[in-house]
Amino acid sequence: MQFLPNLLFALFFFSSIIFFLKNCKKIYRNINLARPIDRFDNKKERFFKMLMLAFGQSKMLDKPVVGLLHLVVYVAFVLINIELLEIILDGFTGKHRILAPYLGSFYNFLIAFFEILALLVIISVVIFWIRRNIIKIRRFVSNDLKGWPKSDADYILYIELMLMILFLNMNASDLILQNAPYSEMYKSYGYFPISQFFVPLYNGLSLETIFIVERVSWWMHIMGILFFLNYLYYSKHLHILLAFPNTYFSNLDNPGKSTNLKSVYNEIKLMIDPSYKIPETELENDIKFGASDIFDLNWFQLLNAYTCTECGRCSSECPATQTGKLLSPRKIMMKTRDRIEDVSKNIDQNKEFVSDGRTLLNDYITKEEIWACTTCNACVESCPIGIDPLSIILDMRRYMVMEESTASNEINAMMNNIENNGAPWPFNKLDRLNWRN
Amino acid sequence: MNVKTYKECKKQGIVPDILFWVGCAGSYDDRAKKITKSLINLFHKAGISYAVLGTEESCSGDPAKRAGNEFLFQMQALSNIEVLNSYSIKKIVTACPHCFNTIKNEYPDLGGSYDVIHHSQLIDQLINDGKLKVKNDQFNGKKITFHDPCYLGRANGEYLAPRKVIRALKAELKEMKSCKEKAMCCGAGGAQMFKDSEKGNKEINIKRTEEAIESNSKIIAAACPFCNTMLTDGVKSHENHKDIEIKDISELVDKVTD
Repeated sequence: MQFLPNLLFALFFFSSIIFFLKNCKKIYRNINLARPIDRFDNKKERFFKMLMLAFGQSKMLDKPVVGLLHLVVYVAFVLINIELLEIILDGFTGKHRILAPYLGSFYNFLIAFFEILALLVIISVVIFWIRRNIIKIRRFVSNDLKGWPKSDADYILYIELMLMILFLNMNASDLILQNAPYSEMYKSYGYFPISQFFVPLYNGLSLETIFIVERVSWWMHIMGILFFLNYLYYSKHLHILLAFPNTYFSNLDNPGKSTNLKSVYNEIKLMIDPSYKIPETELENDIKFGASDIFDLNWFQLLNAYTCTECGRCSSECPATQTGKLLSPRKIMMKTRDRIEDVSKNIDQNKEFVSDGRTLLNDYITKEEIWACTTCNACVESCPIGIDPLSIILDMRRYMVMEESTASNEINAMMNNIENNGAPWPFNKLDRLNWRN
Repeated sequence: MNVKTYKECKKQGIVPDILFWVGCAGSYDDRAKKITKSLINLFHKAGISYAVLGTEESCSGDPAKRAGNEFLFQMQALSNIEVLNSYSIKKIVTACPHCFNTIKNEYPDLGGSYDVIHHSQLIDQLINDGKLKVKNDQFNGKKITFHDPCYLGRANGEYLAPRKVIRALKAELKEMKSCKEKAMCCGAGGAQMFKDSEKGNKEINIKRTEEAIESNSKIIAAACPFCNTMLTDGVKSHENHKDIEIKDISELVDKVTD
């Protein structure tokens, strides 16, 4: 019987990890539904970019106050994982504060440090909640966040808040038991600069009750973390993991450069010179120009959709969004993810994707949105973790123009003019130098 | 104007140092033609050896590409590259950030690699090298705001050169609420210039013009013919601010140099 808690812990732990890995695999599978793109070159430069943007959060500090608060939560998230290591070891072995004897006074420092971080996280999270729910910052209350995205954002804050409170509560009750003394288990380890102020809350409670409080806090804290880990897949919060690969694989080219489609190049070459040989590696069956669904996008664009944490920096910079147009770059990313999720469920049910008569373009993102973009790059520039909504918009325009021919008359006229006169207006090509006269 | 084309130069055995890529707006649009002429004036003042392509020049393909017509874009690009390579052109300057971006970034993959600079960069260099000297103090202490073209700024990271030029005029550079990396678009890019905008509560150029008006400047400096059009239209719609002038930086420099 004495091993029951350890067994129970192992059961919870491994089933959470397995469930989490299953969803990771699903993300990997779904991302690979897309077209290939080579983002495995320039390893050094990529690594450096990841270091700057994801680890260093260099772009988050564009908005210094929230950037700093976000940094606090992020640093705490990374460092408190050291404490998590001990909690997991304790869980498996049935020991309590297993690392303390090995680390000596450094252990006291660590615990004190984590407590301060926990307090800072609580403060940050409360400010984040106020920004969303009381101050109602525009990018957090706009139409594209109505419903689940809004609740999702709040749930994440509540979970983080709960985890930190449980952590401090666990330490406070531990401290009381250490000082009592209560049992062999609670030796005097650790230094508790924050949770010592929780101690008076327990005045009048018996040591047995406090022992229960300590155990319940301990269990809820670790189970909360395992729950949170598995909540990620269903939330916008995947960025805490995917920001790293997303920045690593992000576009290194000049942001103004839109890719030149190889398939188009080969077709034109063939038109000019029928003896032109398309390179082996570029031979494609069923060439489809542009994108009408997630299968036509590339895997980096789908990774972008999973990575987006819906902060809305892109949309608050977008000139179309700012002037009340339907287009919102954040919504482009959210809808792309919604489509991936629907396709994913479809595959889970049918073993392979069975057409549902829907496509990303039209059923999730409207043409009106796609045509409202000025390609100004403000969304790309504003994303702190290298997400590129513009490339999705351009791929959809390519589909509409080259596959569907559904551009407006004005756009068609402009294109006809270029084709016939070498200018977007109906002027005579031979008049091009008339300004000289 | 004494402007030679590459064809004419070739006949006379002259090899110009730099191609002035005029662009469609600079060639056909009445307002943009004035910018073209100002830049030509600066070339002559600075003694630059240049030529244009004239009727051999064709749309860079940018509006087609941004509208999604990759076919038309590549057709334009490939035929332009053929012309450019036939004259062994090495260096290109243009007053249009869209042509600048496209030729600089999108032509190399298609066989056309050139040293492409924007006219604001060239003017900045010429002022630095003493080839253009500011002689006239008509802008002394005047407030000028600069509107960053998306395809010069965010797309190619050039924020400094046009600002250095404005400072060289001894004008007071007043930044708008959003500028540089955060600069708001004028609303013309991505082929928007050639279509009506989608339904919203305001036109983009009106909103951007409001930011320019808030900067309390009587001159808005532009560095793109399309921005120029959008902002000019924007100012027209603000009854009380019709005295605000929209000038290309080449026009400003042309006025104070000789």
